[in-house]
Amino acid sequence: MDIEFEKQLDELKKRVNKLENNRKDQMSIAIVSGDMDKILAAMVISIAAAASDTKVKLFFSFWALSALRDPKKSAKGKDFISKMFGIMLPRGRNKLKLSNMNMVGIGPAMIKYLMRKQNVLSLDKMFKTAGELGIEITVCEMSMNLMGFKKEELIDYPFFSYAGAATFVADANESSMQLFI
Amino acid sequence: MIMTTEELKNVVVAKSVDARGTACPGPLLEAKKAIGTIKVGDIMEILSADEGTKSDIPKWCGKQGHEYLGSVDENGYFKVYMKKK
Repeated sequence: MDIEFEKQLDELKKRVNKLENNRKDQMSIAIVSGDMDKILAAMVISIAAAASDTKVKLFFSFWALSALRDPKKSAKGKDFISKMFGIMLPRGRNKLKLSNMNMVGIGPAMIKYLMRKQNVLSLDKMFKTAGELGIEITVCEMSMNLMGFKKEELIDYPFFSYAGAATFVADANESSMQLFI
Repeated sequence: MIMTTEELKNVVVAKSVDARGTACPGPLLEAKKAIGTIKVGDIMEILSADEGTKSDIPKWCGKQGHEYLGSVDENGYFKVYMKKK
Protein backbone atom coordinates (compact mmCIF):
# COMPACT_ATOMS: atom_id res chain seq x y z
CA MET A 1 0.00 0.00 0.00
CA ASP A 2 1.00 3.58 -0.56
CA ILE A 3 2.92 4.81 2.51
CA GLU A 4 1.36 8.26 2.34
CA PHE A 5 -2.12 6.73 2.16
CA GLU A 6 -1.39 4.46 5.11
CA LYS A 7 -0.25 7.44 7.14
CA GLN A 8 -3.43 9.32 6.37
CA LEU A 9 -5.53 6.29 7.27
CA ASP A 10 -3.77 5.98 10.62
CA GLU A 11 -4.33 9.65 11.32
CA LEU A 12 -8.01 9.31 10.44
CA LYS A 13 -8.41 6.23 12.65
CA LYS A 14 -6.93 8.14 15.58
CA ARG A 15 -9.28 11.05 15.07
CA VAL A 16 -12.38 8.86 14.76
CA ASN A 17 -11.32 7.01 17.92
CA LYS A 18 -10.97 10.27 19.78
CA LEU A 19 -14.33 11.54 18.55
CA GLU A 20 -16.08 8.33 19.52
CA ASN A 21 -14.56 8.37 22.98
CA ASN A 22 -15.65 11.95 23.48
CA ARG A 23 -19.29 11.18 22.79
CA LYS A 24 -19.93 8.09 24.88
CA ASP A 25 -23.49 7.26 25.88
CA GLN A 26 -22.58 8.45 29.34
CA MET A 27 -23.74 11.20 31.69
CA SER A 28 -21.53 12.94 34.24
CA ILE A 29 -23.06 15.08 36.95
CA ALA A 30 -21.11 17.22 39.39
CA ILE A 31 -23.38 17.44 42.42
CA VAL A 32 -22.28 20.25 44.68
CA SER A 33 -25.57 21.31 46.32
CA GLY A 34 -26.75 19.64 49.47
CA ASP A 35 -30.37 20.76 49.21
CA MET A 36 -33.02 18.07 49.22
CA ASP A 37 -34.68 19.36 46.03
CA LYS A 38 -31.40 19.42 44.12
CA ILE A 39 -30.33 15.95 45.27
CA LEU A 40 -33.79 14.72 44.25
CA ALA A 41 -33.45 16.28 40.80
CA ALA A 42 -30.00 14.74 40.35
CA MET A 43 -31.25 11.29 41.35
CA VAL A 44 -34.40 11.39 39.18
CA ILE A 45 -32.38 12.43 36.11
CA SER A 46 -29.73 9.79 36.85
CA ILE A 47 -32.28 7.01 37.24
CA ALA A 48 -34.11 8.01 34.05
CA ALA A 49 -30.79 7.96 32.17
CA ALA A 50 -29.67 4.65 33.67
CA ALA A 51 -33.07 3.11 32.86
CA SER A 52 -32.30 4.02 29.24
CA ASP A 53 -28.94 2.22 29.51
CA THR A 54 -26.90 5.41 29.66
CA LYS A 55 -23.88 5.02 31.90
CA VAL A 56 -24.21 7.46 34.82
CA LYS A 57 -21.33 8.80 36.89
CA LEU A 58 -22.08 11.09 39.81
CA PHE A 59 -19.41 13.21 41.39
CA PHE A 60 -20.40 14.32 44.90
CA SER A 61 -18.63 17.35 46.24
CA PHE A 62 -18.93 20.03 48.91
CA TRP A 63 -22.43 20.43 50.43
CA ALA A 64 -23.68 17.34 48.58
CA LEU A 65 -21.56 15.16 50.89
CA SER A 66 -24.25 15.57 53.58
CA ALA A 67 -26.53 13.43 51.42
CA LEU A 68 -24.02 10.58 51.64
CA ARG A 69 -23.74 10.55 55.43
CA ASP A 70 -25.10 7.51 57.20
CA PRO A 71 -26.99 8.65 60.33
CA LYS A 72 -26.28 5.31 62.00
CA LYS A 73 -22.53 5.66 61.64
CA SER A 74 -20.05 7.96 63.34
CA ALA A 75 -16.33 8.54 63.11
CA LYS A 76 -13.75 8.86 65.86
CA GLY A 77 -10.67 11.07 66.11
CA LYS A 78 -12.10 14.30 64.67
CA ASP A 79 -10.75 17.70 65.61
CA PHE A 80 -12.92 20.49 67.01
CA ILE A 81 -13.82 22.15 63.69
CA SER A 82 -14.63 18.83 62.02
CA LYS A 83 -16.90 17.96 64.92
CA MET A 84 -18.68 21.32 64.60
CA PHE A 85 -19.19 20.74 60.85
CA GLY A 86 -20.53 17.31 61.65
CA ILE A 87 -23.08 18.77 64.04
CA MET A 88 -24.13 21.68 61.84
CA LEU A 89 -24.53 19.82 58.56
CA PRO A 90 -27.50 17.51 57.80
CA ARG A 91 -26.92 13.96 58.98
CA GLY A 92 -27.88 12.06 55.84
CA ARG A 93 -30.24 12.32 52.88
CA ASN A 94 -33.38 12.32 55.05
CA LYS A 95 -32.25 15.40 56.97
CA LEU A 96 -31.58 17.65 53.98
CA LYS A 97 -33.11 21.11 53.74
CA LEU A 98 -35.01 22.65 50.85
CA SER A 99 -33.32 25.42 48.87
CA ASN A 100 -36.64 27.28 49.02
CA MET A 101 -39.56 27.22 51.46
CA ASN A 102 -37.59 25.30 54.08
CA MET A 103 -39.55 26.96 56.92
CA VAL A 104 -37.48 25.38 59.72
CA GLY A 105 -38.14 21.89 58.44
CA ILE A 106 -41.85 22.20 57.64
CA GLY A 107 -41.09 22.43 53.90
CA PRO A 108 -39.15 19.15 53.66
CA ALA A 109 -41.79 17.37 55.74
CA MET A 110 -44.47 18.65 53.37
CA ILE A 111 -42.52 17.58 50.30
CA LYS A 112 -41.96 14.11 51.77
CA TYR A 113 -45.67 13.82 52.49
CA LEU A 114 -46.55 14.91 48.94
CA MET A 115 -43.98 12.52 47.45
CA ARG A 116 -45.55 9.61 49.33
CA LYS A 117 -49.02 10.71 48.27
CA GLN A 118 -48.04 11.03 44.60
CA ASN A 119 -46.05 7.78 44.60
CA VAL A 120 -42.71 9.45 43.97
CA LEU A 121 -39.81 7.25 45.08
CA SER A 122 -38.27 8.36 48.36
CA LEU A 123 -34.59 9.32 48.44
CA ASP A 124 -33.88 6.02 50.24
CA LYS A 125 -35.50 4.06 47.40
CA MET A 126 -33.80 6.23 44.79
CA PHE A 127 -30.34 5.44 46.17
CA LYS A 128 -31.23 1.74 46.32
CA THR A 129 -32.49 1.84 42.71
CA ALA A 130 -29.40 3.77 41.64
CA GLY A 131 -27.24 0.99 43.05
CA GLU A 132 -29.28 -1.65 41.23
CA LEU A 133 -28.89 0.24 37.95
CA GLY A 134 -25.13 0.49 38.34
CA ILE A 135 -24.97 4.25 38.79
CA GLU A 136 -21.49 5.15 40.02
CA ILE A 137 -20.87 7.57 42.86
CA THR A 138 -17.49 9.21 43.18
CA VAL A 139 -16.76 11.28 46.25
CA CYS A 140 -14.50 14.30 46.17
CA GLU A 141 -11.60 13.51 48.48
CA MET A 142 -10.72 17.16 48.91
CA SER A 143 -14.24 18.08 50.12
CA MET A 144 -14.10 15.17 52.56
CA ASN A 145 -10.96 16.57 54.16
CA LEU A 146 -12.21 20.13 54.03
CA MET A 147 -15.41 19.34 55.88
CA GLY A 148 -13.81 16.82 58.15
CA PHE A 149 -15.89 13.84 57.01
CA LYS A 150 -14.44 10.37 57.30
CA LYS A 151 -15.05 7.40 55.01
CA GLU A 152 -16.44 5.29 57.84
CA GLU A 153 -19.40 7.64 58.36
CA LEU A 154 -20.68 7.48 54.76
CA ILE A 155 -23.42 5.22 53.38
CA ASP A 156 -22.90 1.71 52.04
CA TYR A 157 -23.31 1.85 48.27
CA PRO A 158 -22.24 -0.76 45.71
CA PHE A 159 -20.38 1.56 43.30
CA PHE A 160 -18.58 3.96 45.58
CA SER A 161 -15.15 5.46 45.08
CA TYR A 162 -13.03 8.42 46.11
CA ALA A 163 -11.23 10.67 43.67
CA GLY A 164 -10.24 14.19 42.75
CA ALA A 165 -11.38 16.79 40.25
CA ALA A 166 -9.26 15.32 37.45
CA THR A 167 -11.36 12.15 37.58
CA PHE A 168 -14.53 14.16 37.06
CA VAL A 169 -12.91 16.11 34.23
CA ALA A 170 -11.75 12.91 32.52
CA ASP A 171 -15.18 11.25 32.90
CA ALA A 172 -17.03 14.38 31.81
CA ASN A 173 -14.76 14.64 28.78
CA GLU A 174 -15.90 11.19 27.61
CA SER A 175 -19.58 11.83 28.39
CA SER A 176 -22.06 13.16 25.88
CA MET A 177 -23.93 14.82 28.76
CA GLN A 178 -22.44 16.88 31.56
CA LEU A 179 -24.49 18.53 34.26
CA PHE A 180 -23.70 20.62 37.29
CA ILE A 181 -26.16 20.67 40.14
CA MET B 1 -45.14 2.77 12.95
CA ILE B 2 -47.85 4.50 14.99
CA MET B 3 -51.08 2.50 15.17
CA THR B 4 -54.60 3.90 15.46
CA THR B 5 -56.62 3.61 18.67
CA GLU B 6 -58.80 0.93 17.03
CA GLU B 7 -55.75 -1.12 16.04
CA LEU B 8 -54.21 -0.75 19.48
CA LYS B 9 -57.37 -1.96 21.20
CA ASN B 10 -57.21 -5.20 19.20
CA VAL B 11 -53.49 -5.77 19.56
CA VAL B 12 -52.27 -8.93 21.33
CA VAL B 13 -49.98 -8.01 24.19
CA ALA B 14 -47.35 -10.41 25.51
CA LYS B 15 -46.95 -8.41 28.70
CA SER B 16 -48.95 -5.79 30.57
CA VAL B 17 -47.09 -3.61 33.04
CA ASP B 18 -49.17 -1.75 35.59
CA ALA B 19 -47.11 1.29 36.58
CA ARG B 20 -50.05 3.34 37.84
CA GLY B 21 -48.68 3.19 41.37
CA THR B 22 -45.49 5.06 40.52
CA ALA B 23 -44.58 8.56 39.40
CA CYS B 24 -41.65 9.60 37.18
CA PRO B 25 -39.23 7.89 36.72
CA GLY B 26 -41.10 4.82 38.06
CA PRO B 27 -42.88 3.79 34.82
CA LEU B 28 -39.55 3.86 32.99
CA LEU B 29 -38.01 1.56 35.59
CA GLU B 30 -40.99 -0.80 35.33
CA ALA B 31 -40.65 -0.82 31.53
CA LYS B 32 -36.93 -1.55 31.75
CA LYS B 33 -37.54 -4.45 34.15
CA ALA B 34 -40.31 -5.93 32.02
CA ILE B 35 -38.65 -5.62 28.62
CA GLY B 36 -36.15 -8.32 29.58
CA THR B 37 -38.95 -10.82 30.14
CA ILE B 38 -40.45 -10.67 26.62
CA LYS B 39 -39.22 -11.86 23.23
CA VAL B 40 -38.18 -9.76 20.24
CA GLY B 41 -41.29 -8.89 18.24
CA ASP B 42 -43.55 -9.13 21.29
CA ILE B 43 -45.79 -6.21 22.19
CA MET B 44 -45.85 -4.75 25.68
CA GLU B 45 -48.35 -2.32 27.17
CA ILE B 46 -47.55 0.03 30.03
CA LEU B 47 -50.37 1.39 32.20
CA SER B 48 -49.57 4.76 33.71
CA ALA B 49 -51.34 7.66 35.34
CA ASP B 50 -48.29 9.91 35.03
CA GLU B 51 -48.76 12.26 32.03
CA GLY B 52 -45.01 12.44 31.48
CA THR B 53 -44.92 8.75 30.57
CA LYS B 54 -46.70 9.54 27.28
CA SER B 55 -43.65 11.47 26.18
CA ASP B 56 -41.04 9.45 28.09
CA ILE B 57 -41.82 5.99 26.70
CA PRO B 58 -41.55 7.04 23.00
CA LYS B 59 -38.19 8.71 23.79
CA TRP B 60 -37.06 5.64 25.68
CA CYS B 61 -38.10 3.39 22.77
CA GLY B 62 -36.23 5.63 20.35
CA LYS B 63 -33.04 5.38 22.34
CA GLN B 64 -33.31 1.65 23.07
CA GLY B 65 -34.26 0.80 19.49
CA HIS B 66 -37.74 -0.49 20.31
CA GLU B 67 -40.81 0.45 18.30
CA TYR B 68 -43.32 2.81 19.88
CA LEU B 69 -46.84 1.97 18.71
CA GLY B 70 -48.99 4.65 20.36
CA SER B 71 -51.14 5.25 23.39
CA VAL B 72 -54.79 4.86 24.34
CA ASP B 73 -56.56 6.99 26.95
CA GLU B 74 -58.57 5.14 29.56
CA ASN B 75 -60.53 6.49 32.49
CA GLY B 76 -57.97 8.31 34.67
CA TYR B 77 -54.95 6.60 33.17
CA PHE B 78 -53.61 5.54 29.78
CA LYS B 79 -51.95 2.63 28.05
CA VAL B 80 -48.74 2.99 26.09
CA TYR B 81 -47.85 0.31 23.53
CA MET B 82 -44.45 -0.73 22.26
CA LYS B 83 -42.86 -3.57 20.34
CA LYS B 84 -39.55 -5.06 21.42
CA LYS B 85 -36.89 -4.97 18.70
